[in-house]
Amino acid sequence: MRKSTIFLSYVILNIILVCLMFTHAFQKQRATFPILKEKATQVKKFALTDLCLFTEARYTRHPTMADLNTPFQDFPMSIEHYPSGSLMLPPPQLKGEF
Amino acid sequence: MRWFAKQRYVIDFTLSSLLRRKGKNTALVLVYTLVVFMLASTMFFTYAIKKEAVIVLDNAPDIVVQRLVAGRHDLIPISYGDRIQKIKGVNSVKPKLWGYYFDSIFGANYTLIVPEDFPHGRGNIAIGYGVAKVSTSQVDYILPFWDHKGSMTSFTIKEILSSESELVSSDLILISEDDFRMLFGIPMEYATNLALKVRNKKELPVIAAKIKKIFPDTRPIIKDELLRTYDSVFNWRSGLLLIILSSAVLAFIIFAWDKASGLSAEERKEIGILKAIGWETSDVILMKFWEGTVISLTSFLAGLLLAYGHVFFSSSILFEPVLKGWAVIYPKFRLVPFIDPYQIAILFFLSVVPYTVATIVPSWRAATVDPDSVMRT
Repeated sequence: MRKSTIFLSYVILNIILVCLMFTHAFQKQRATFPILKEKATQVKKFALTDLCLFTEARYTRHPTMADLNTPFQDFPMSIEHYPSGSLMLPPPQLKGEF
Repeated sequence: MRWFAKQRYVIDFTLSSLLRRKGKNTALVLVYTLVVFMLASTMFFTYAIKKEAVIVLDNAPDIVVQRLVAGRHDLIPISYGDRIQKIKGVNSVKPKLWGYYFDSIFGANYTLIVPEDFPHGRGNIAIGYGVAKVSTSQVDYILPFWDHKGSMTSFTIKEILSSESELVSSDLILISEDDFRMLFGIPMEYATNLALKVRNKKELPVIAAKIKKIFPDTRPIIKDELLRTYDSVFNWRSGLLLIILSSAVLAFIIFAWDKASGLSAEERKEIGILKAIGWETSDVILMKFWEGTVISLTSFLAGLLLAYGHVFFSSSILFEPVLKGWAVIYPKFRLVPFIDPYQIAILFFLSVVPYTVATIVPSWRAATVDPDSVMRT
């Protein structure tokens, strides 16, 4: 078999897979709509304000509710020591963007 | 048709040329794929989280009113709610009770919440899937807590929240108001914060300003802030993205530098021979274009598909150690595959195009020189 045939087949196969990826994403979005709805209902029912992404520190568990003095919450000049604190940016309200 | 046949012959030749340097080019494709994979994984992950946060948190309270004492979040008198209720446009004000509990037995942090309607009554709790996992609990098991006086008290688990909703409820413990107040010693006239519903969403900033004016020791947080928080904390400057983005950019610079800084003696000789046997400069550039395209397109497509599988089929397993940090309760990131075609297009133009261009430029320089002198050098 010609090398170009193998390469072009690989590219076509991958393009088909990328199209399938979009189809899968679209179908999954529709299929998981009830789960999203359940999460939204829980948010409403329990008046939640944040996603449960990082549970190690209160300002990463609830970034929207974080104290305005979060960067120095332990003592003046205290540096960030939770790993998740360095993964995410401070919420906009702590940076005075609102 | 003739054009297509010519392209195929050039691709045949290009692939044979690449296979002559099999080791180097295989390593290049692998590293290139890895770079695209990391970038695409991060892109998929952050976009899906941001999108899900916007959809799910749209049901959050319109305004949350906190009280600040010495710059810190403090308990708020429920009587503040009566005055806030009188502000025009406020539909309802509900005192919310919630807090954190560190479980020294399992070393985990829980979020305790008092729902408006708690069906299980005193002495009982409902727990999130993450809490059940870490404490190996099931329905009707008991979970011990130390109250604020230092006495141990136990609650019976009556419900475990579904694993599908882990992204919002993994560390939650739902408890009755009386039990919550007893556990933390919170007086009846205080709440953790106030949750407001407002009639006209456009009035949120005005109402928030009024609350701040009436109660200067409060901090009203409007829903827009909640929704924008997740867009902001996971933007391209966030730690996770910045580390991956900078290493990917560095890798691309090294690739491009390697290509643009010149061709190897063997490659120059090859170009010289091709010119000597009658190839036009445009044919050499076409061959180099296909060389760049074969490597970058192969890597881009493989990296993109692997990233999709990684984020949406394996719950971002490679990111787990980074995302987990020191947390004991850690939700499985079963994200809904929201993907942004615009981001994929950007990734394509940032990864495929620069490499292909960087491959063509030095070849064009070599191809315009006299074949005899190229072969001699």
